[in-house]
Amino acid sequence: MNTYWNKPAETMEREEMSNLQAGRLKEIVTRLYRQQPFYRSKMQEQGLLPEDVVTLEDIKKLPFVSKQDMRDNYPYGLFAAPMSEIVRIHASSGTTGRPTVVGYTKRDIGIWSEVAARSLVAAGLSKQSCIQIAYGYGLFTGGLGIHYGAELLGASVIPISSGNTNRQIMLMKDFGTTAIACTPSYALYIAETMREMGIDPRETKLRTGIFGAEPWTERMRQAIEAQLGIKAMDIYGLSEIIGPGVAIECSEQNGLHISEDHFYPEIINPVTGEVLPDGEKGELVLTTLTKEGMPMIRYRTRDLSVLHREKCDCGRTLVRMSKVLGRSDDMLIIRGVNVFPSQVENVLLGIGSTSPHYQLIVERKGNLDHLTVLVELTEEMFTDEVRGLEELEHKIKGELSSVLSVSATVRLVGPKTIERSEGKAKRVIDKREL
Amino acid sequence: MIINQLSVFVENQPGKLAEVLGVLHTHEINIRAMSVGDTADFGILRIIVNEPEKVQHVLRGAGFTVKITPVASIILSDQPGSLFEQVSKLSSAGVNVEYIYAFAANSAEKHARVVLKVDNLNLAERLISGKCETSEAYGDDACATPNFYW
Repeated sequence: MNTYWNKPAETMEREEMSNLQAGRLKEIVTRLYRQQPFYRSKMQEQGLLPEDVVTLEDIKKLPFVSKQDMRDNYPYGLFAAPMSEIVRIHASSGTTGRPTVVGYTKRDIGIWSEVAARSLVAAGLSKQSCIQIAYGYGLFTGGLGIHYGAELLGASVIPISSGNTNRQIMLMKDFGTTAIACTPSYALYIAETMREMGIDPRETKLRTGIFGAEPWTERMRQAIEAQLGIKAMDIYGLSEIIGPGVAIECSEQNGLHISEDHFYPEIINPVTGEVLPDGEKGELVLTTLTKEGMPMIRYRTRDLSVLHREKCDCGRTLVRMSKVLGRSDDMLIIRGVNVFPSQVENVLLGIGSTSPHYQLIVERKGNLDHLTVLVELTEEMFTDEVRGLEELEHKIKGELSSVLSVSATVRLVGPKTIERSEGKAKRVIDKREL
Repeated sequence: MIINQLSVFVENQPGKLAEVLGVLHTHEINIRAMSVGDTADFGILRIIVNEPEKVQHVLRGAGFTVKITPVASIILSDQPGSLFEQVSKLSSAGVNVEYIYAFAANSAEKHARVVLKVDNLNLAERLISGKCETSEAYGDDACATPNFYW
């Protein structure tokens, strides 16, 4: 069995890696300054020239890029390659109905496949594996990202996509699936469904899970591993950077190795923007060193993590990030879907509520996340008939599920019943014990 | 007769109805008629009071969502068939009754009173008061074509 997919890259000495990163950084900054209007004007605002970026330390001079920048430049404003070179477009849901759009050149797809293949091998897969990809296919990067990596590796791919749990379990049994890729909460749901169906997961060939797209804890890992009798590996990625495969856990299950020859990580203080040393918790900032279609310089992921650079017992020298410890903004991840409270607010404003008071309650019911939105009923929304209010509930529910891509239970509540702290309504109550 | 009813949004939870009633009690407001339309999550308390505008102000001040809704009120002789007679007039003219409830009984009175929420209040009022006959409803613009007609 392969231990590494790309041994030279994954076990490169630190000095050699730093030199490689510095060279690639210089190259991409120069290219963006020359060819990409958004980055050029950002650098010009700081009075920076490409020559100012020589060493890796110099990256600190460069301004951050945020999700807001992507929205402001919707849809293609951050692309750095002509559309004739773009071969794939993905998008994730956005707060104002505008999705976050990303584009890949042929070479980018190659890089993505490479890092995804590295991830699968690090997680214990090989050419002999049969992987059932239960991430969604489509605009979401989860399905296709793992798919390309698994095909490059030479594993047998079952592109089943998400949903239809009974069918997932049937194929898992009949096709001899050895690995499954899905969200960790869905894995627990599958385990529960198997129990209900009277199927012992240990009698299947399933041995490994590649779980990501939502935060999860060690406790959840223990639960999944115990219930399914598998190794549960954490995979990290985000579409803005490339998709799944930015970082992966190895057999040590002690942090996720970042493919840092392609993605340069920093940890910053989310308030001051100051770069923090290894071992300190802060917001993960990533720079793509090799991407062409939509390179990212110092993208603020809003994910909180810690970097460790000591050599790992698995032999990889690649820097490790801790499991994601939380968010530095108010984004929620519900069943793998990004949800911002402001999206709910926009829906309510659209329905005619002038100053909506609402609250998102996230719970985990039977291993699946459940979103309830409480809406304080204002007089302009109030009708005298039960039917009218039920229609209002249905309307809010319908619009929420189309904007959020995740279904929610809507409950109308009386005015001033939503808890307020210092006059401000508490927007989110996350009851999940992750 | 068209009268103003107060509709109050009440969450379907212990104590919520008592809160509204408590406010009415404090302000010595007597409820003449009431009903509750409910779902699993919430209810709409509908009440008839003297001076509905004043009571709306009081309830709003106490933090409730309140609306004034015009409804039809019918005085009936307290005997079998009288309600049927009135409701038949409405149904023959295609007026839909959204909900109906009765006033608190007063043993001194020989009449019963009910409140009706209908989809065509003006037509209902004319029908009940006898200003408009069911039979002429089809030809009269004020008595619109009933929705079951087509």
